[in-house]
Amino acid sequence: MRVVIVGCGRVGSVVAGTLDQAGHQVVVVDTSTNAFDRLPPGFQGTAVRADGTDEDSLRRAGADGADVFLALTEGDNRNVMAAQLALEALGVQRVVAKVNDPVRAEAYADLGIATICRTDLMAHALLGFIGLHTGEPPSVRAGATHPHLSSAAGAPAGVAAGGSSSTVVGSGPTQEA
Amino acid sequence: MFVLVVGGGKVGYYLAKELIGSGHEVVLMEKDHARAAQIADEIGSIVIANDGCEGTHLSEAGCERADVVAAVTGDDEDNLVICQMAKHHFDVRRTIARVNNPKNEALFRHLGVDELISPTRMILGSIEQDIPVHELLHLGGLGGGELELIEAQLRVGSPAIGRVAREVPMPDGCAIFAIIRDDVALPIRPETILQDGDKVIAIGRAECESALHGELIGDPEVALTSS
Repeated sequence: MRVVIVGCGRVGSVVAGTLDQAGHQVVVVDTSTNAFDRLPPGFQGTAVRADGTDEDSLRRAGADGADVFLALTEGDNRNVMAAQLALEALGVQRVVAKVNDPVRAEAYADLGIATICRTDLMAHALLGFIGLHTGEPPSVRAGATHPHLSSAAGAPAGVAAGGSSSTVVGSGPTQEA
Repeated sequence: MFVLVVGGGKVGYYLAKELIGSGHEVVLMEKDHARAAQIADEIGSIVIANDGCEGTHLSEAGCERADVVAAVTGDDEDNLVICQMAKHHFDVRRTIARVNNPKNEALFRHLGVDELISPTRMILGSIEQDIPVHELLHLGGLGGGELELIEAQLRVGSPAIGRVAREVPMPDGCAIFAIIRDDVALPIRPETILQDGDKVIAIGRAECESALHGELIGDPEVALTSS
């Protein structure tokens, strides 16, 4: 798979490293070259310093027709804009935007943009850890009715399913490395 | 009318002030508390010191009942999201976005923002009109910006020189409707023949620009595009 990741922060760099190790073709885009220091040693993919909300830059980075596009920067709005560019202008089928505001995450899922919300994930994990279960763990949300998102809607969520306590404990040390 | 203005920079500040002056109900959202307090001191307690991109804050500001939402922050992605949230989540009828990067205009329009204001594009257009360059000039947008009014200065090398104006092949959706010769505007008559030095005024869709460039200026490689 050809995967484009916008935002080489803690989440972006881990996802990029893992996909790279699994043999996928990975392009990571960030506006700061320092961010690429987070990539694991031996990373085989491409790191491009560019603005992930700029169509031309994304094309130059090779986002055109990628199999998967993940918008994982710190900014909800930047992610939403990058994701819509990927869907509407670059013809990417499976697109996910990280949106930490739950209201916005839901609104954009309704609009057909697959979103993942850290706030919901953490709240669920923490509540589970202290013994308050609140139903199914949240995952990537997508408006299933949206035609060009039908594939993304079925995308498996990368959320730990093996007990909520391991989610809480496990995510700390990995990210700080 | 109830207008929700998001972004308390210079544009948002003067916009709110003018709107209040003409008797409209206005709420201004500015996420920087110090700036919000400063504006509130001057124009009264219509300022909410909150991030207008956040769903709950928009709701608290009364976004549901706004007639118009104007997103005028300095960040295009914020303006896009504010307008989309207003339109799709709060059913606001009219959304207006300030677009700083002219390259984002097409995307914003495609994604449903009702009106776009691009200061960069306006200034650019104004400068280009003053400089006699060898290219296409944007004189302005029409029909909500989907159509552009374009001026082409014919110079030696243009494939259109010496041709009957009506017979110059035009890309679909484009039309020549006047020429300016020696500072006099002339209509296109059946016998009008294009000459060196003519300014051809055409109207057409933005995507036809490079084809238009090829017919009127020559060498589409150097077409004036927004990139």
